[in-house]
Amino acid sequence: MKIVMAVIKPFKLEEVREALTSIGVQGLTVTEVKGYGRQKGHTEIYRGAEYAVTLLPKLKIEVVVPTEAVDKTVEAIVGAAKTGQIGDGKVFVFSVDQAVRIRTGETDVDAL
Amino acid sequence: MKIDAIARRVLPAAALCLLAAGTAYAQTTPAAPAVPTPDKGDTSWMLISSVLVLMMSVPGLALFYGGLVRTKNMASMLSQCFAITSMVLVLWAVYGYSLTFTAGGGLNSFIGGFSKAFLAGITPSSTVETFSKGVVIPEFVYIFFQGTFAAITPALIVGAFAERIKFSALLLFIALWATFIYFPMAHMVWFWGGPSAYADPAGLIFSFGALDFAGGTVVHINAGMAGLVGCILIGKRVGYGKEPLPPHSLTLSMVGAALLWVGWFGFNAGSNLESNGGAALAAINTLLATAAASVSWMFVEWAIKGKPSLLGIISGAVAGLVAVTPACGFAGPMGSIILGLIVSPICVFFVTTVKNALGYDDSLDVFGVHGVGGIVGAIATGILVSPSLGGAGIVDYSTPDFAATFPGYATQVIAQLKAVGVTILWSGIGSAILYKIVDLVIGLRVPVEAEREGLDITAHGEAAYHS
Repeated sequence: MKIVMAVIKPFKLEEVREALTSIGVQGLTVTEVKGYGRQKGHTEIYRGAEYAVTLLPKLKIEVVVPTEAVDKTVEAIVGAAKTGQIGDGKVFVFSVDQAVRIRTGETDVDAL
Repeated sequence: MKIDAIARRVLPAAALCLLAAGTAYAQTTPAAPAVPTPDKGDTSWMLISSVLVLMMSVPGLALFYGGLVRTKNMASMLSQCFAITSMVLVLWAVYGYSLTFTAGGGLNSFIGGFSKAFLAGITPSSTVETFSKGVVIPEFVYIFFQGTFAAITPALIVGAFAERIKFSALLLFIALWATFIYFPMAHMVWFWGGPSAYADPAGLIFSFGALDFAGGTVVHINAGMAGLVGCILIGKRVGYGKEPLPPHSLTLSMVGAALLWVGWFGFNAGSNLESNGGAALAAINTLLATAAASVSWMFVEWAIKGKPSLLGIISGAVAGLVAVTPACGFAGPMGSIILGLIVSPICVFFVTTVKNALGYDDSLDVFGVHGVGGIVGAIATGILVSPSLGGAGIVDYSTPDFAATFPGYATQVIAQLKAVGVTILWSGIGSAILYKIVDLVIGLRVPVEAEREGLDITAHGEAAYHS
């Protein structure tokens, strides 16, 4: 099993969710986060005062999938979240050692 | 109030005798002229105007300022505006009205007396004269109207040192400031005998021949100077220049600024005291100068910062309102548009370049907008009043036909400059003394930890928002 974690633009969430559902992904965890990458924020000006907003609001999504489904999962996220503009985000993949569905006690792939 | 009318001719002749003689009840007055009765249209307009001006303080100013501070100081800002408005209205009735609008004997150039303290002797049938001989409005409506001016002016000051003043110190300072700075200033500018007693001794600035239709000196320069002195003496906010201190809700600031614009028609057009063409002139000028200044600020900011901001658009509107306040009954509509167009770039220069260069933390730009805008408006009034520029000319209230004259640009501008100079000195020096007194008695500033946590919780024990 692998966990696919992606940081995306907030308004892309719905498209990403649809793309994942269409390839059979069952669940998704979404977190509101702030951060910066190469985009390095933007500047806001209030009367004379300029503020560099270095931390931009993003969404972090996490989904655990069987190892063989990783490639098409990543592909689905990248395809749906891409605008071609700076700040589109990144995708990371990690290994998952164990999974348990609390309600039934099912484990690993059955628990996904 | 124009160069204001306080008609001390209190009309039921009986009441007049009563005050003058100090006797209990007057005897029959011999051959009294017909007692003027207030016109219901004038009275209605003045009641509406008074309510509109109250709306400028709460909710208008409170929301405009509130939106500009950080979330943790929102309840504090709303509390300050509301509490000051309420407190000063009480002081106004107890002694403020009397000190402002009665004769002050030997001190009459600067301050009135206590003959109407506690609103003594004023009844529903008491009247004051407007700018026309023999035309009166009920005295209670005049007290109400002028009281709202006394209430909003000190509330304007708090924007200069928002987010860091001790609430108790603020209330003490404002009580002192209203008493020793505002009431005398209002007396100096607006106290005169009224059209029926034009030759009576008037307040100092009135006697300069200075024009101030609705309070450019009394309200805006006065509050702007007090704000400037205050933010310098109290010091910068923690983190000023190092961390972002952006407005927490431009939405509420926009609502507040819009309420100010609407309320300002009561402020300016109500200052005509009668519902007639003069009020209409003040209203159209208030409409156009504000629109012009708003557009002007927007384009100036667009040109130099690259983007037209909402805060700029509403700041421009406030600057236009401030600038047209002294001029609204004297300038012509096109003169008001010019005034609006020129005031914004000057205010932008002060709130960006000058403030940053000198390093004072005028949190919400009270000096930059009210002080500077008021000075621009007061001086421009001396120019725009000229009939050759479409202005109304200077009305001679002592004559029945209101013949308008104009003494020349130099004469009138010098009178305006004298008024501005007196205001800057009176408010600047007087406020500095009062801040020092309050600092010694209570201490002006909250501790650093309280400032970091925010005044909502530390001063009032409540948060403006619960998420």
